[in-house]
Amino acid sequence: MAYAAGVDVGSTQTKAVLLNEQRQIVARALIDTGANVVSAAENAFFQALGNGGVQEEEVAYVVGTGYGRYRVTFGNTQVTEISCHGRGAVHMFPASHTVLDMGGQDTKAIRVHPTGEILDFCMNDKCAAGTGRFLGAAAAALEIPLDELGATALRAERPVKISTTCTVFAESEVLSWLGKGKKVEDILLGVHQSIASRSIGLLRRVGIEPELTFTGGVAKNVGMIRVLNDALGFTMNVSDDSIFMGAIGAALFALDHVVSSRVPAASREAEA
Amino acid sequence: MNYSAGLDVGSTYTKAVLLSDSERLVGKAMEHTGFKLEQAAERALRAALEMAGLQRSDLAYVVTTGYGRYQIPFRDIQVTDLTADARGSRLLFPGTNTVLDIGGQTMKALRLDEAGRVRSFRLNDKCAAGTGAFLEKTARYMGYSTQEIGPLVATSKEAVAISGVCAVFAESEVINHLSHGAPPADIMHGAIASLLDRSVQLMKRVQMQPEVTVAGGILRFESMARILREKLEAEVNLPEGEMVQYVGALGAAALGLHRLRRMAEPPAALTPAGTSEAS
Repeated sequence: MAYAAGVDVGSTQTKAVLLNEQRQIVARALIDTGANVVSAAENAFFQALGNGGVQEEEVAYVVGTGYGRYRVTFGNTQVTEISCHGRGAVHMFPASHTVLDMGGQDTKAIRVHPTGEILDFCMNDKCAAGTGRFLGAAAAALEIPLDELGATALRAERPVKISTTCTVFAESEVLSWLGKGKKVEDILLGVHQSIASRSIGLLRRVGIEPELTFTGGVAKNVGMIRVLNDALGFTMNVSDDSIFMGAIGAALFALDHVVSSRVPAASREAEA
Repeated sequence: MNYSAGLDVGSTYTKAVLLSDSERLVGKAMEHTGFKLEQAAERALRAALEMAGLQRSDLAYVVTTGYGRYQIPFRDIQVTDLTADARGSRLLFPGTNTVLDIGGQTMKALRLDEAGRVRSFRLNDKCAAGTGAFLEKTARYMGYSTQEIGPLVATSKEAVAISGVCAVFAESEVINHLSHGAPPADIMHGAIASLLDRSVQLMKRVQMQPEVTVAGGILRFESMARILREKLEAEVNLPEGEMVQYVGALGAAALGLHRLRRMAEPPAALTPAGTSEAS
């Protein structure tokens, strides 16, 4: 049995996924990227091997993706995260026409063909507003763990309108609302709504066509899902594996190689 | 003797200036703004009064400016930061035609008309990359405080290119440069150059004309003015010492004096009889 691996080295977290030849996920691994990108990629890959009980030599092809994809030194090739998220989303939800990927440092709106081919995309990677960093800044200012942000926001009754665009200024705005006696949940819902409205602006630039699949680390946030669904007026597809979507797409590209050319793992071993 | 107070309630600092009716500066003080704006204004005013040896009752007029100007209940009137900057910079440098004000959370370029009024202005308050916050963040990513920016840059040999697109993403850029062995002084120099490039763009959009006067806390570092002079290839008026931070408060106080004088004038002779009591 041959396996294919996808390693998605993101700005915040590194994800690895192993697929068998039936395109089933046999293992996942998720670790913090940290400062050493090369070892983050290796650690995620070996952790996935351990989780799946798979030997390194059984992995026939490895595709690296994400901002650190060229640092996946044991990878056979690299594919952009846009292609990988599109491919992964169509694999999980075959009726996907639009993909919203919200990561730690950028947000991407992608329009995909049912084959997984990318038709158009638009990304925000120049400015931290409307990315996961905006949530991170609010979480830090309000001293709430990232994984509780969404649930806390959903307890809001009267969301505060966040008027600043810039993440740096939002931090002080959040604190000043707190100083004015606003509730944490009301401020947080405002923060989620502000990010959602920027994301929808990005989505409009590629065209919003249902079904829409929400991927990336922020897709784990229940508050963001709710706010986006409300703003869009329909329900997005969200997989339990949303954070792995890029790695899944990468692994699918890797599997293409395994199936079509039966590339031996020798070249990879030589580098490992 | 009538005294006028100008209070510039900025996002980071609150500045107070007291002027005598001969436009002589008799007191000034600065306090952290924090989240209680009224208290910060109160503290700054009290400290300025103490410096001048005056009582609260000696104040005939209080003018507020800055982003918190509406939140100071004891004001007589508020003026925009633009009006205050225009007045303050003309008072310090009568030849001023363009003002660049870089604050903690805003950057402003003003063009003045002959009378010293604001003819046009451009403002960035949307993005931290174009404000003092960008330099503060860059310094903090490297473990330096805002106060250390000036001395640090003074030791720089050459600027490292900093894209300056986003104050948040600058963190990864800074870390990247540090890991490649770039000296913090050169990185800071690059961040200043990038910020000042933006300020030159802003000034071009108001059709800048000499003389250019600068204002705002971040410009108190001599290195800032030096780099700006290099970029503009022209002289830049830098208010002496701490005064660069007090331009707005000074302007506000001066506008207060102006109002006091107008109020003291007898009713205009041209006003038809019977309607003059309104003044």
